[in-house]
Amino acid sequence: MFAVLLSVLIVSSVSAGLALVLVTAERFVSNYGECTITINEDKKLTVQGGKNVLAALTEAKLFIPSACGGRGTCGYCKVKATEGAGPVLPTETPFLTPEELQDNVRLSCQIKIRNDLKIEIPEELLAVREYESVCTEITDLTYDMKLFRFELHDPPTIEFVPGQYVQLLCPRYKGNREEVYRAYSIASDPVDNKVMDLIIRRVPDGICTTWCFEYLKAGDTVRFNGPYGEFRLSRTEAPMIWVAGASGMAPFVSLLHQMKNEHITRPTAYFFGGNKVKDMFYIDHMKQFEAELENFRFVPVVAAPDEGERWQGERGLVTEALQRASADLGGHEGYLCGSPGMIDAAIKVMKQLGVTEERIFYDKFA
Amino acid sequence: MNIGAQFWMAAVTCFAAIFTNNILLSYFLGMCSFVSVSREVKTAFGLGCAVVFVMTLTVALDWLAYRYILIPLELEFFRFILFIIIIAAFVQFVEMVIDRYSPKLYYALGIFLPLITVNCAILGASLFMVIREYTFIVAIGYGLGSGLGWLLAIMAMAGIRQRMGQARVPAGLQGPGITLIIAGLMALAFIGFTGVLG
Repeated sequence: MFAVLLSVLIVSSVSAGLALVLVTAERFVSNYGECTITINEDKKLTVQGGKNVLAALTEAKLFIPSACGGRGTCGYCKVKATEGAGPVLPTETPFLTPEELQDNVRLSCQIKIRNDLKIEIPEELLAVREYESVCTEITDLTYDMKLFRFELHDPPTIEFVPGQYVQLLCPRYKGNREEVYRAYSIASDPVDNKVMDLIIRRVPDGICTTWCFEYLKAGDTVRFNGPYGEFRLSRTEAPMIWVAGASGMAPFVSLLHQMKNEHITRPTAYFFGGNKVKDMFYIDHMKQFEAELENFRFVPVVAAPDEGERWQGERGLVTEALQRASADLGGHEGYLCGSPGMIDAAIKVMKQLGVTEERIFYDKFA
Repeated sequence: MNIGAQFWMAAVTCFAAIFTNNILLSYFLGMCSFVSVSREVKTAFGLGCAVVFVMTLTVALDWLAYRYILIPLELEFFRFILFIIIIAAFVQFVEMVIDRYSPKLYYALGIFLPLITVNCAILGASLFMVIREYTFIVAIGYGLGSGLGWLLAIMAMAGIRQRMGQARVPAGLQGPGITLIIAGLMALAFIGFTGVLG
């Protein structure tokens, strides 16, 4: 009996002693103190060391684009780190080109703040703001897609270039223990800047889409930041080919509004692909745009309509429809938005049809 | 035994632990990380060094804990639990230090650094040191040798596996399968060292 008690006592006290050592070590070894981040040789930011640069900047209300929320999987949160960032980590190399490596470009979510840093971020990102809005309308588009309309409160309007996206803050809810940001393209008219529309497709087990589909109700307050992204209409007169699938529709709705507002009449063919007839939506909207924009043509494509379904449009993959419709696309510009698989396939087809690489613009869902 | 003799003994034990009694190739301890982290020489070297470091120091710590806590209290049977606790805490400590001072090594080892905690070679070395009744200095020599032996084995394996990149391994044997076969062949080769120390 005595031996049992004694052994329990010994193990407890040894564990307690070791725990004490670890706590002290954590206090001293993992304590990086206060560090200063100098942004663009101008703005100074004092933060507690130990966390990553992306998190520190977000806390200071400076928003760097990031679709994955700092897990190092999207490769968007690039900043130029000129001093004090340490060696490039193996987690970053897949996202950086040799030129970027040469140029000290890093993924801000992978740089742990251990000392004072100097970073450079594009000035336009400093214009990115955080918005508070109220969700006013949720409309079903298909069985797995909804249109969410947000009315802006603080600040009351948003300025963006059509094609850009925002990052929606998904709060904690049952089954999600931390706040995350997810990127969605804006699908509304830039002139109508008091509201913003997002088209969201439900992703099975997706953290943010589950929240949008099951928890978000009209009247709820929603926070987001933005706008971000380089996907936009070029300032040329070249004819355009657009290719999209599912919620890839979103930026194009915004682009169409822009074309209508600015009387852009560049010849445009918009190939929109879905797997089944039930995946198609906004057909009427597109008809409306076809009527209003003289050189705009909408081509809905269904890959595999079910037996007995009425489908009068194109059939097959969207890339097949593109090949059937056009023999030579030399001189055209390509605009793509959708899943990485679809985009890669579409880029391949466009190149075969004569569109040069620097004239293909895309927004890939990471 | 005087100090000089102890150091000589420690050197011999160290040598023996590397070659004749290699903890991996003779006792087959620490196999899981050996199989999973031996794809690249660079990573294998990092993990191997971590093992050398942790093993040498935990053997020393465990020796002290055994000699000055367990023996006086006649709780020798408790060494399994106590050793594990000490190893776990120590690895945690090393992890913190590496994260602070060598982030590159930290990221290269990734999840395998905490795995050293449950690396049976580390516990094995401490238990062997007790069974064989080594003195403190000899025990340190033994810990260092066992670690170096493990490092040698994983480096050799990583080198072989890198070269095997071009080899046409049958589909069913790829990965752990062929690794275990190679480990077996290496163990056979190491039998050649038997008797070196007479």
